[in-house]
Amino acid sequence: MNNKIVSSLREAIQLSGLKSGMTVSFHHHLRNGDFVLNMVMAEIARMGIRDLTVNASSLFDIHAPLLDHIKSHTVTRLLTDYMSGAIGKEISQGILETPVEFRTHGGRPSDIELGRIPIDVAFIAAPAADCMGNCSGKYGKSACGSLGYAYPDAENAKKVVVITDNLVPYPLQDWSIPETHVDYVVTVDAIGDPNGIVSGTTKITRDPVGLVMADLAAQVIRHSGLLRDGFSFQTGAGGASLAAAKFLKDIMLREKIHGSFGCGGITGYMVDMLNEGCFESLMDVQCFDLKAVESIRTNPRHQEISASHYASPSARSAVVNSLDVVILGATEVDTDFNVNVHTDSNGSIMGGSGGHSDTAAGAKLSMIIAPMFRARLPIVTDRVTCISTPGRDIDVLVTQGGIAVNPKDTELRQRLKDAGLPVVDIHDLKEKAERITGTPNKIALSDRVVANVIYRDGTLLDTIRGVNAK
Amino acid sequence: MEILQKAYAGTLESSDAYVEIEPGTQGIQLELNSVVSQQFGQSIRRLVEEVLTDLGVANAKLFIADRGALDCVIRARVETAVMRGKGE
Repeated sequence: MNNKIVSSLREAIQLSGLKSGMTVSFHHHLRNGDFVLNMVMAEIARMGIRDLTVNASSLFDIHAPLLDHIKSHTVTRLLTDYMSGAIGKEISQGILETPVEFRTHGGRPSDIELGRIPIDVAFIAAPAADCMGNCSGKYGKSACGSLGYAYPDAENAKKVVVITDNLVPYPLQDWSIPETHVDYVVTVDAIGDPNGIVSGTTKITRDPVGLVMADLAAQVIRHSGLLRDGFSFQTGAGGASLAAAKFLKDIMLREKIHGSFGCGGITGYMVDMLNEGCFESLMDVQCFDLKAVESIRTNPRHQEISASHYASPSARSAVVNSLDVVILGATEVDTDFNVNVHTDSNGSIMGGSGGHSDTAAGAKLSMIIAPMFRARLPIVTDRVTCISTPGRDIDVLVTQGGIAVNPKDTELRQRLKDAGLPVVDIHDLKEKAERITGTPNKIALSDRVVANVIYRDGTLLDTIRGVNAK
Repeated sequence: MEILQKAYAGTLESSDAYVEIEPGTQGIQLELNSVVSQQFGQSIRRLVEEVLTDLGVANAKLFIADRGALDCVIRARVETAVMRGKGE
């Protein structure tokens, strides 16, 4: 073979040997700008292949056409780490007969590598590729930065198809996924919409409640005993989490603390922290904004890592195991510190673990930032609608009404109290919120299980019941 | 107090409620659309009736789009709609 370029997506699918009943996989670095999953599934449907398992590292609103493929039985089983509200709503209403399997960003590569969820054909959306399939996310009009979540698919699928809108001369320089894994290369006009792939700038919150929580979060880190030279840190892209990172940066610069690394989905704020000397390097499994993409392309200290390297529990080690502090979100936290990030308070799926339970298990300090209540619904409940991350892995809940420390963390609790921070019992936090909101009635869910939440070690952590369609 | 004209109060922002009130003849007719109807629907209905009783409104049609407002907010929005609807 002179090269691996095939004339069309259909030809690549035919050559891959894809048949009804098999498994196809996708990665989500193009996020809500991804065209690849939809174009592949539309072609598969036109070819009359049915009864497929789709293993997608995450699903966004742009993937709504997948719902039609489910209704037509082209797709009969769905494995993912996260799904946005538009997809989750219909899954919660029961359109899929087999329950969705939710994994984590670390559990997915682990289960793929252990052969628990084999992939027949992996489709890699590549912002740059050459004719033999060496590919990268860092270059081209659809640049997304890191391709971290695509590595386990490329390394373990029986056949690998690279789809690109930016074919470059062989050999592509600075490739991420090497040609050794790739069977076919397809060129298309566009693999995604740049506006949906990365946001222009991620902004910190201006909401006063969010700023109070962010300030408390930074103070908790400061007094945790972990903020010293060699410090490592991960935070999400939510407004309050970013504000906490900014306050943390101010403390680190003022007190001349030189950290080791920042990790995770990387935003421009983490890039700023790298460039201003807060960290020696960034470990990046996914870029969230243009500044992060630019940085991973140009700064050798901003390093791409695979999903396994990021968070796999069966790898010999993963970056999450070296994390000091992670800041995470929650839709609900219960009085045992279990966290829900899969459903909203009405029980409808609108998220997923992503790296939540991986980083919570690995980090020395796992912190949840959440307001006492959102739109009248208290964050702290007697029992979360769905356990996404078990309470044993959560150390502290920061709200504007006080800081609740997991009773297992007696030393942390004492440190925060000694620092004069407002430490409260989580039961009191629940009562405090309910005095303002009123006590909510329990929601009614159907008896049918629409999704299984599989913990990072492959065991069943919880089930998600359907909602009764209005 | 009598409702003489159609009136509005509030917004559709998160944590607010939008209230429409208009003249009625068959007691209080309340249409409630709430994002927290499962958790708080009954208590919101009780609250609205209580506010209207306190203000002496016996006949009115109300439509409320609730975006998770606290009781104090719903009370204020309903009171304002009544004041605007009594026609002065």
